[in-house]
Amino acid sequence: MLVRINAIALNTFREAIRHRILYLLLIFAVAMISFAQILSLLTVGSEEKIIKDFGLASIDIFGVLTAVFIGIGLVSREIERRTVYTLLAKPLHRFEFILGKFAGLSLTLLVNTAVMAVWFFLVLLLKGMFDWRLLIAVLLLYFQFLLITAMAVLFSCLSTPILASVMTLALYAIGHLLWSLDLLAARLTAGWGKLVCRALYFVLPNLGTFDIKGEVVHGLAIDGTRVLWAAAYLALYGSATLWTACAVFERKELQ
Amino acid sequence: MPVLDLKDIHKSYRSHLSIRKHWVLRGLSLAIEPGEIFGFIGTNGAGKTTTIKLALGLIFPDSGSVRLFGQEAAQVELRRRVGFLPENPYLYDYLTGEEFLDFHARLFGLDAPARRGRVRELLERVGLANRGDRQLRHYSKGMLQRIGLAQALINDPDLVILDEPMSGLDPIGRREVRDIILDLKARGRTVFFSTHILSDTEMICDRVGLLVRGSLKAVGRIEELVSQEVPYWEVALQGIADGDLPCGQVVSRRDGRILVRVDSQGDLHRLVSTLNGGGARLVSVTPGRQSLEDLFIREARAPAPPQAEERERHAR
Repeated sequence: MLVRINAIALNTFREAIRHRILYLLLIFAVAMISFAQILSLLTVGSEEKIIKDFGLASIDIFGVLTAVFIGIGLVSREIERRTVYTLLAKPLHRFEFILGKFAGLSLTLLVNTAVMAVWFFLVLLLKGMFDWRLLIAVLLLYFQFLLITAMAVLFSCLSTPILASVMTLALYAIGHLLWSLDLLAARLTAGWGKLVCRALYFVLPNLGTFDIKGEVVHGLAIDGTRVLWAAAYLALYGSATLWTACAVFERKELQ
Repeated sequence: MPVLDLKDIHKSYRSHLSIRKHWVLRGLSLAIEPGEIFGFIGTNGAGKTTTIKLALGLIFPDSGSVRLFGQEAAQVELRRRVGFLPENPYLYDYLTGEEFLDFHARLFGLDAPARRGRVRELLERVGLANRGDRQLRHYSKGMLQRIGLAQALINDPDLVILDEPMSGLDPIGRREVRDIILDLKARGRTVFFSTHILSDTEMICDRVGLLVRGSLKAVGRIEELVSQEVPYWEVALQGIADGDLPCGQVVSRRDGRILVRVDSQGDLHRLVSTLNGGGARLVSVTPGRQSLEDLFIREARAPAPPQAEERERHAR
């Protein structure tokens, strides 16, 4: 099983790194991180905070875009171009295909995030602003990318590439605004509305779990349990999402 | 025991917004025997690709059973013994020929030395030994078809399923694919391929199946299928005028010889018996042999049977 998942993962990684979009996104990310220095000169406020904030936000946005576009592209294209036919005609279980795709995309994102992070840290080191907590912030961002990749894989199994991209990006936005749903539930009196808000709050992905940009940029202490909780949340939510993707793909008619 | 056994398969599709079912296969039963080359012919949209996808578990039947090597085809492990080339394959164009074959070999769990040996052997077998290091995006259509065939053979399968392997190929490419199919048979493998290129089918197939609108209209050895009936005779006569012919249709005249076509055995007797009295001479009688193409066109043009429409109504 692992041999086959590995083969799919390796091929997915190979396809991703030979994809022009990946390099385009990386170049943009590196440019944005560099641009933060100029921006800090033009803006009122602490230069260090702006560079860190802008750098982490750039890694976040370009990482998510990579997860969505490369992720959805690589899964949907296999189905659309019918390359998946030759694979599934081999002794390859459908769940192995999905897990292999996810593993390959995770590896791609790891390399992608590492390149962006190294550039970001170099900029900060040159300015004497490096803080080890940034490593944790980037690690949590990577956790978030993994969760978004799992969702992208699920939506690719359910829908067309465009719709899958829209749905994943929408969930990314919702996932970062989920605190407002909790707030709304707290203000509502007991009833259906409150129940629905609470249910949605627990069902939808809470991407705020992976966001410690504020704490890092402002030099606040990071609670160790927060990182552990983020890892546990990724493990639980990510597994559930991938399990659903496998179940959907298992029954999918490859017309 | 058949290598591939389809029994009473019904398969329908439903478009996204429609509640109406579109029937693709209607009670298809077909058995492919070990060691044979089976040609699956039919018009576009007849259900050939659907049948192949069902055999490989890419789609699922509404009813009926699909068995591979005597076992339920849904078992993934059975595909260790199967090779498949889809129609107009879009292969991974960012991979080189070697990488492409190596990737597929990995899915069978072959170790690195075994993979290297197998890849080299197959590249040679499909005539791409010196092109293995080129990316597939630089391959011609014929080369893509050949590398696609090579991936179908990576596991040295007992059953090779090919969907339209000759489509879009030039005569040389078709010849090469034909030779590979014949070579597989010589090695004792079973080949099941769909096509609408009838000349190739006649040339290499042990048996053919004719699929029309989701139903198998004929199956058997080509000689059995096309010699079931003699639809007409061509009679060559000498020394007879057109006006003296009791029946038939004049096909040609040359050097006092006349070629007449008659469409029934009764007409043939009448024509031959008129020769007894006059000075005319019978030169030859040639039974018009039906070709696979005649059978194909006749079945494809035949109106849909009422029970098929009935089933369609029933399904709505």
